[in-house]
Amino acid sequence: MAQVEIGMPQRRVEGELKVTGQARYAAEYPVEGLLYGFVINATIAKGRIAKIDTTAALAVPGVIEVFTHENRPNLAWFDRSYKDDGDSPGSPLRPLYDDKILYDAQPIALLVAETFEIARYAVGLVDIEYEREDFNTDFVSALPDRFFPKKKRAFYTPFKDRGDAPNAYKDLPVQVSNDYHMVSEHHNPMELNATTVVWEGDGKITVYDKNQGSQNVQKYLASVFGLSKDKVRVLNPFVGGAFGSGLRPEYQVYMATLAATTLKHSVRVTLTRQQMFSHVHRPEAVQTVSLASDETGRMNAMMVEATTSTSRYENFMETVVNWGGTAYACENAKFDYNIAALDIHTPGDMRAPGAATGMNIFEMAMDELAYAANVDPLELRIKNYSEQDAMNNTPYTSKALMSAYKEGAARFGWEKRSQAPRSMKDGTELVGWGMATGMWEAMMAVATVRARIGANGQLEVASATSDIGTGTYTIMTQIAAETLGLPMDRVTAKLGDSDLPLSPIEGGSWTAATVGAAVQLACRALGEKLFKAASKVPGNPFGDAKFDQIEFIDGQARVRGKATGISLQDLLHASGEPWLEAEETAKPSMITNMTKSRHTHSAVFVEVKVDEELGVVRVTRVVNAVAGGRIINPLTARSQILGGVVMGMGMALHEDTLMDHRLGRIMNHSLAEYHVPAHADVFDIDVIFVDEPDPEVSPLGVKGLGEIGIVGVAAAISNAIFHATGKRVRSFPITIDKILSIDTTDAL
Amino acid sequence: MNPFSYERPDNVAGALRGVDGRSVKFIAGGTNLLDLMKEGVERPSRLIDINHLPLGKIEENEDGGLRIGALVRNADAAYDERIKAGYPLLSSAFLAGASPQLRNAASTGGNLLQRTRCYYFYDTATPCNKREPGSGCSAIGGVNRIHAILGASDQCIATHPSDMCVGLAALNAKVRVTGEEGDRVIEFADFHRLPGNTPHIDTTLKAGELITGVDLPGETFDTNFTYLKLRDRLSYAFALVSVAVAMKLDGGKIAEVRVALGGVAHKPWRNTEAEAVLVGQAPEAAAFATFAENVLREAKGQGHNDFKTDLAKRAIMRALRQAAAGTPQSQTHKRVA
Repeated sequence: MAQVEIGMPQRRVEGELKVTGQARYAAEYPVEGLLYGFVINATIAKGRIAKIDTTAALAVPGVIEVFTHENRPNLAWFDRSYKDDGDSPGSPLRPLYDDKILYDAQPIALLVAETFEIARYAVGLVDIEYEREDFNTDFVSALPDRFFPKKKRAFYTPFKDRGDAPNAYKDLPVQVSNDYHMVSEHHNPMELNATTVVWEGDGKITVYDKNQGSQNVQKYLASVFGLSKDKVRVLNPFVGGAFGSGLRPEYQVYMATLAATTLKHSVRVTLTRQQMFSHVHRPEAVQTVSLASDETGRMNAMMVEATTSTSRYENFMETVVNWGGTAYACENAKFDYNIAALDIHTPGDMRAPGAATGMNIFEMAMDELAYAANVDPLELRIKNYSEQDAMNNTPYTSKALMSAYKEGAARFGWEKRSQAPRSMKDGTELVGWGMATGMWEAMMAVATVRARIGANGQLEVASATSDIGTGTYTIMTQIAAETLGLPMDRVTAKLGDSDLPLSPIEGGSWTAATVGAAVQLACRALGEKLFKAASKVPGNPFGDAKFDQIEFIDGQARVRGKATGISLQDLLHASGEPWLEAEETAKPSMITNMTKSRHTHSAVFVEVKVDEELGVVRVTRVVNAVAGGRIINPLTARSQILGGVVMGMGMALHEDTLMDHRLGRIMNHSLAEYHVPAHADVFDIDVIFVDEPDPEVSPLGVKGLGEIGIVGVAAAISNAIFHATGKRVRSFPITIDKILSIDTTDAL
Repeated sequence: MNPFSYERPDNVAGALRGVDGRSVKFIAGGTNLLDLMKEGVERPSRLIDINHLPLGKIEENEDGGLRIGALVRNADAAYDERIKAGYPLLSSAFLAGASPQLRNAASTGGNLLQRTRCYYFYDTATPCNKREPGSGCSAIGGVNRIHAILGASDQCIATHPSDMCVGLAALNAKVRVTGEEGDRVIEFADFHRLPGNTPHIDTTLKAGELITGVDLPGETFDTNFTYLKLRDRLSYAFALVSVAVAMKLDGGKIAEVRVALGGVAHKPWRNTEAEAVLVGQAPEAAAFATFAENVLREAKGQGHNDFKTDLAKRAIMRALRQAAAGTPQSQTHKRVA
């Protein structure tokens, strides 16, 4: 058995459970006597419920109850009781709290019946009358009322201006200034939001819920429903994708818990795909980017201003405008960021929130500057490369972006590119090669892991983190296996349970760095306990050796350099305990955080082929070279980047939440009409991880990969389309009609 | 979903028994009907499962053509050797539609009766004349990127979503139906309707009638044909515009041509007058352009779908070029030929 090491490819440890259907998701737990709830959503965008008549629905055999604002149980009074770890300043949504409608498709009632089918049928018999009020869902018309909120969101990073950008801009010979538009997108993970609340009979509930943080949901439910935490256990051991949609407790868990605690009965609520458009989404955005350089492309002025959408009841914010100013050396820079409120559900974090919006658009502007200065787009990036965080003037813990540029370009064959638009062809098709830089923060949070070894020799590492398909189970297993010298199958990772040691919501790409570090700490601590047990072994096998002279290898602990050691099971046995365990908490270094900047980078290279006459675009080749610190598991890491690239293709070409502003209602609320890439849209994707040793960014040198894969992809595609056609499309998604309707006056 | 009764007859007479109005629905593949029932758009009180009727074969007709039974699955028809040989256009149209899973389930008869994919038709919270006659058309002035540019009315601007039907329209297929008053054969061009003032009625099928099959005429098009579909992604999306071309060349001139458009109207769209003008001409760009102009002359955009007029012209010209050159569009290689 080869020693497991960080950096070795490992197949998903839970893969077999998933492909054989043994991995249960929130809506799949068998519970005896389960009741089924179906949510009723408002069909007006703003106003109040004037009347809600449930008589006909209640008369249907099998219908148990219809919960509305009129018969709801007592709920928490203060806004603070509805707060959660992923929220935004404001008054969180309180379904059924009162008769007010804040947005179209707001959940306003829950019908509970003996079967899902009865429930779905009977909701059609609930008679609702509304009083309508004026509303606005049109982002562009709300822009004049944009504002910067006094109270900022926790995840928002402020920007810093430098120099005098407006004046510097005026005097520079090469200038580009354009407006860009990013539409709203919905996450649409495969798994629908679902909750099974098991009524345990003694006032306790066990909640199987689709989310990205079991303890966040536990805290929320306890606070909203006035339960003590030990009465609420939340589990999410398997999550069928989330992309940020599970960071906040979603309304199905609220509804199911409300029904279960009132009826004192187990209840399941599953949202439909249509209802997946009734909640969190990526905000709509407009951004103006003005860049100016000397004749050689050396940038000396940048001005970036953006506005993103929010709801009327919470101020959602993203870090949108900072990215270019952080990435590139440029003496004069000015930023502005605001939000504009609409009568919609509060937007939320969706894969690379802020960067997917801001960095993509900045990188489209960089391409425009490259053409205005007649400099190769990659050369432009290199020319303006900043070795340090250019916004904060702090060094990076590491920035191997230059290697990513070089390795990515070499793999792609970038040097064979001709600069002029429309200059490359494949038969009748236009060929475009575009590139962009990607960037994300390399964050670390605080998490605790418990490591325990039992008499059977099986090591268990446990934390209340989530695995949303990212590979957390596998890397926890792998790190533990390396630390204590065990094969993969001698280690079991446990997660997705609020009873387990403290872990934050699974987002921001911080889980691998955070939980990974805690796994190593806990396993080391356990190793030390095992080491101490050696003193009880007859003829103490380690003699005078200190713990730091011990290595764990081949299932044994031994003094480094010695050929033989003693098995962990024998050490446990010697301890006289039925098991040994250690719990450790990993925390980021405050000193590093204050003195250094921590980021992940990528260089994305894209080939498109365009049938110009018909507006058909194919993304035939993508190379994504990532500088993401130390890679724990190249297999799941690659999958993360592949998924990010495909999602970036969706952003560039497909995804668009279509709102009817007369109704304030989203109209393409199905996967037939809300388009994400199909397999046919995906051609070759090549992922490179460049070498980036970084002992400072996190204890394992890990930076996290969940978001970086999407950043820059849409920009690189857009830039490639320009290179192919000479046409700039400054709003996503770039659909057939946009390719056909934009004239070629932008072509150089 | 409404409560409904369910029966599963094994012969046609049994299926027709007591079938009258809109509250009775036949179900075959169910790939569209079940979605509509879940959404509350279709609310049949009685569901007759026709999957056990003997209508699942492809047989040769006396005129040398083929009869495709109403229950033949789309995938089976697409890969049938006789269809691939004589009517590759139809095979291609099948393969342009939906996904392999859906094609495995969807039936020929059901495909003829697909309802529109108009967003508002599917959303019972919004007015829709097709769903609730007299309630109004939300798509006019609303989100209408996928809507009709030809043959629409001020009551409805929905399109017919089928690819198969566009192919069948170009092949002059016939729809065979049966009912209490006996069998009937409907010319394909007469099967689907324009919306007019009764957009809730999609076809000329009478209440209680059952489709038993589709007849393909003996005349085959195995050389100069194509099915070109343009959509918002490269698979699994309804057509923004699709074009079926069946052509015969003789001595460098067009001897016969039929062009059907999908994604632009409430039914597969043909303009036989414009087709007649093409006959006798050399298969060249100028003639194709004139044809495209003639077909789209009456086109009217609704705002978001204005682009379709221009796109349809371009697609027609490309499809005619593909057909004339004998280089039909592949449905597996996504490059447009």
